[in-house]
Amino acid sequence: MSELTLTLIKLGFLAVLWLFVLSAVSVIRSDIFGTKATPAPRQARPKPAAKSRKPSRGVPTKLQVIDGPNMGQSVPLGDAPILLGRGTDAAIRLDDDYVSTRHARFATNGEQWFVEDLGSTNGTYLGSQRITSPIPIGIGIPVRLGKTIVELQK
Amino acid sequence: MTAPAWIPRKRRGAEFFLTVLAVVIGIAAYAAVGLGAEGRIPADTYKLGLGLIVVAVATHLIVRRVAPYADPVLVPLVIALNGLGLAMIYRLDIGRQQIDPTRQAFANGQLVWTAIGIMAFAGILILVRDHRRLQSLTYTFGAAAIALLILPLLPHIGRSINGARIWINLGPFSFQPGEAAKVCLAIFFAGYLVVKRDALALAGRRVMGVDLPRGRDLGPILAGWLISIGILIFQNDLGSSLLFFGLFVVMLYVATERAGWLLVGAVLFAVGAYLSYLAIPHVQVRVDAWLNPFADPDRNGQIINGLFGLAHGGVLGQGLGQGSPQLTPFSFSDFIGASMGEELGLTGLMAILVIYGLIVERGLRIALTCRDAFGKLLAAGLAFSFALQVFVVIGGVTRLIPLTGLTTPFMAQGGSSIVMNWAIIGLLLRISDQTRRPAPEISTFDRDEETQVVKHA
Repeated sequence: MSELTLTLIKLGFLAVLWLFVLSAVSVIRSDIFGTKATPAPRQARPKPAAKSRKPSRGVPTKLQVIDGPNMGQSVPLGDAPILLGRGTDAAIRLDDDYVSTRHARFATNGEQWFVEDLGSTNGTYLGSQRITSPIPIGIGIPVRLGKTIVELQK
Repeated sequence: MTAPAWIPRKRRGAEFFLTVLAVVIGIAAYAAVGLGAEGRIPADTYKLGLGLIVVAVATHLIVRRVAPYADPVLVPLVIALNGLGLAMIYRLDIGRQQIDPTRQAFANGQLVWTAIGIMAFAGILILVRDHRRLQSLTYTFGAAAIALLILPLLPHIGRSINGARIWINLGPFSFQPGEAAKVCLAIFFAGYLVVKRDALALAGRRVMGVDLPRGRDLGPILAGWLISIGILIFQNDLGSSLLFFGLFVVMLYVATERAGWLLVGAVLFAVGAYLSYLAIPHVQVRVDAWLNPFADPDRNGQIINGLFGLAHGGVLGQGLGQGSPQLTPFSFSDFIGASMGEELGLTGLMAILVIYGLIVERGLRIALTCRDAFGKLLAAGLAFSFALQVFVVIGGVTRLIPLTGLTTPFMAQGGSSIVMNWAIIGLLLRISDQTRRPAPEISTFDRDEETQVVKHA
């Protein structure tokens, strides 16, 4: 076995070794160097609520109680947050025994409305999901508080 | 507001490609050893090649079947290290038997242990379908760890090799229970800290900008410290005691997010290290050999040989089979890092260290993305113990820190080490499969009847 062949084998082996290391790095590249931030086109942004429910587009103007003891009542939306509950400081005083005094709050950041549970006893539900943090909601999505169901309307 | 959407991907194809490369590395290393040392490709290359391919295909299929979302790079990285280790042990068998033909050959035994390790890996993936189940066995694992640590001290079963009493006899084999104890301890610490971390984190006072834990919460850390000192005194095993203590301190830090624990740990480590330096002659020898190896070339021959080997290797190495790493005592286990450095050079040793680094990175990444606290702690603990072990052993060989007897994961000769390290990879893959799996889909349609707290009309 000539000296030259052995040297070539040696260098070739080191090259393969590093090729392996670099391919492993390239597989996990996004984990090490972070994901590339590409501004996604607006339509492409996933809107899970929009997919299943198709709420009418536009700006909501009122919060409507659509089921429960206070059915039919509504409150116009402004910039101020709206408090729902049995207490006297609530925007709609719900006569529902299963609603807490200060139950949930609807608030906006100027473009999007959020619903937030204020530590109520029986919880605030979006579908079958009990909410634990402020969740953005769109028009026509029913939110359940105790026996009451409210939604944003145009 | 729009966080980048995490798309769960299996990446099993990428894993397959990397596994093929890893197998090629293993077989090429074996063939290169034969060419370099004896001028011909070893006759049983096809046997080893077939073995490696079977092993790789088997692990790949097992992962595809039982952990389809598991991390795609861990297994190939480990197979590459294992293949390199096997080739180097085979190379050292040739070299050592040239010096003295009666010396024991280790390569075949190592191959058998690798197979057992992969069975352990598969067994863990198949038996542990959800790592959270392990949390209910917290104290069982704690007791198992203590039992495993005590085993070598028992008469008849325990065995003392080269001054350290850390082996047990298992029929014709000897086994190092400390390796298994490490995994059990990691599970125990994770389970214990998940429950206790609030008490440890929230009660305490601030001294000089550092949150120090309360006195009574120091109990567990002191117990951990005493256990590791006990191992050091009774079993004469510097490396394991360092590893267990480091593991415990870091897991405390991860669980409580208090840097104070690191400070307390560092102080306790310094005190323990200094006291053991004063009290244990064995430790004095190690520190001496680290600070001043050339003062006593006869006694420090091993580390001097290792350093000469690294220097002999240079940047590109002597080439597989063409150096003389066999001259170093324990070149196949403790000093396999130096043997690699001699034959693959700085370039090859760096590649190996990067592979280790990537394994640790994957472990920590699994811990970061894991959704439950127990899995987080367990993955972080396993990854850190892996990192600490590599640091201690490679640091010892390269004279960065005093030499301690720990094994180089996946490369050093030694059955218990390779089996338990495969088991660790099995656990990490299980956690990562749980982590990377897509979250169960939440349907948005009304489920009024189910969610209504009070049924009404």
